[in-house]
Amino acid sequence: MNRNRLQEIIPRLVLSPSMALILIFVYAFILYTFYLSMTDSRMLPSYGFVGFENYEKLWNLRHWWRALTNLAIFGALYIIICSVLGLFLAILLDQKIRGEGFLRPIYLYPMALSFIVTGTAWKWFLDPGIGLENTMHQWGWASFEFAWIKDRTLAIYTVVIAAVWQSSGFVMAMFLAGLRGVDSEIIKAAQMDGASNVTIYRRIIIPMMRPVFLSAFVVLAHLAIKSYDLVIALTGGGPGQATELPATFMYSYTFTRNQMGIGASSAIIMLVMIFSIIIPISIPN
Amino acid sequence: MSAEKTAGVSGNRLARAAIYSVLIVFAVYYLLPLYVMLVNSVKPLDEIRQGNMLALPDVFTFEPWAKAWSSAQVGVQPTGLKPYFFNSILMVVPAVAISTILGALNGYVLTKWRFRGDDLVFGLILLSCFIPFQIALIPAARILGLLGIAGTTQGLVLIHVVYGLGFTTLFFRNYYAAFPTELIRAAQIDGAGFFQIFRRILLPSSAPIIVVTVIWQFTNIWNDFLFGVSFGDFDSQPMTVALNNLVSSSGGVKEYNVHFAGAILAALPTLIVYIVSGRYFVRGLMAGAVKG
Repeated sequence: MNRNRLQEIIPRLVLSPSMALILIFVYAFILYTFYLSMTDSRMLPSYGFVGFENYEKLWNLRHWWRALTNLAIFGALYIIICSVLGLFLAILLDQKIRGEGFLRPIYLYPMALSFIVTGTAWKWFLDPGIGLENTMHQWGWASFEFAWIKDRTLAIYTVVIAAVWQSSGFVMAMFLAGLRGVDSEIIKAAQMDGASNVTIYRRIIIPMMRPVFLSAFVVLAHLAIKSYDLVIALTGGGPGQATELPATFMYSYTFTRNQMGIGASSAIIMLVMIFSIIIPISIPN
Repeated sequence: MSAEKTAGVSGNRLARAAIYSVLIVFAVYYLLPLYVMLVNSVKPLDEIRQGNMLALPDVFTFEPWAKAWSSAQVGVQPTGLKPYFFNSILMVVPAVAISTILGALNGYVLTKWRFRGDDLVFGLILLSCFIPFQIALIPAARILGLLGIAGTTQGLVLIHVVYGLGFTTLFFRNYYAAFPTELIRAAQIDGAGFFQIFRRILLPSSAPIIVVTVIWQFTNIWNDFLFGVSFGDFDSQPMTVALNNLVSSSGGVKEYNVHFAGAILAALPTLIVYIVSGRYFVRGLMAGAVKG
């Protein structure tokens, strides 16, 4: 009897440290940050309650709108290009390619790198003075110009270029696993009916990959909203505020501009953005 | 008839050639940045400035590597990346070990010792995978200060364990869910206890998922920048933060060759893990992404 009761308690006892850590470090932290977002905290947390004043200030900041606009541009292009490129490469690799085992790791290895490493490499590659532009000049293409990274309106697209390089191989792997999971009987039946390869992909296989599209979307959207390291390493948010994203905005307002209240409110907005993507998608499952 | 057949075959051959060319072009695209880094990390600086970034070195030198490792200016001190490399190791090893063990036990409880409300518990743990860490930065700084481990490796280990638990629990839960519960019932009837069942029955068949989890945690924690820069000091800052300081330190000449050697040094551990066990790495990403 005694032993049985112990056996009943042990599982919960084992789970409890993790649960306690997550309740504190995730859920209590969210509440605390939410509370801070309603206070007059500047350099340090302070508890003078100001209601939604910080949110009002936040939404009146040009800098914040810039960060949101950049996120919209970056996020949309990043998700679309990674998905299209990933699916395209997966379909090509799925054509019984010799050397698939050799190509796949080449497409995927950037995922193993830190965004700081990626940023360091691409910053240099995109630098007109020593990178691609310079190389083209050396090869005799004197009129070649590629200085997006120095351009206030185009710099955000360089973040897309580097981020796509890093993540598209991973999306390819997700789609490839999805393609391999498609029942070959269905494909054979369609071939017997005389359907062409293009039709089979367009009408049968790609529609069956809906769940993979959804997973890729969730993963990429949440990576996009959290993007921080890559911008820091690639452009530092500049030139000016040209590549500022919500994550870099939050960091600089909280820790360098001593506007912790506003920083906290921007973190809450980021959380709301992610949860409004994750929760509707994951609840039906 | 036969002419038509040949046309079909050669058309097919053309299509296959096109597919191979596209695949190879993309392989070049993915490899190019790594190639550029490697090649330029063994060139003297003036050769980089005058030369072509794609050209092989005229003068081959390992000096940039030596400098990046042991004498380059990182932040204010000319220590090279070496101390930070060990900071990263000291942070990664315990963080990976603890979060993997806890994840395994959590997954075991959540699948084989189910209780009322366990789905809610799992939901709460799972949701923690997705929070933007910005939400945790301010309170985490406070808590680490209160615990007296601000700016230490222990502090970073704690942070990485906590924010890794969601994924490790998810991996093990999905893996153990497919494990036959009858075996556990039988062992229970034989009088085996909670830990005995875990050690004797589940653990011996957990090797694949342990590998996946360790690789996942290792790459994530090694590559982390945000927590390292927020909560690290000289004695605890990881490699990623040091690399960023090395590259963006404003003083003097920009030594690109040293930066590249440093970037490769920072990437090396995860690259090696990936090369040695890439298949598991992919499987880990899949388990996390497709099922998550």
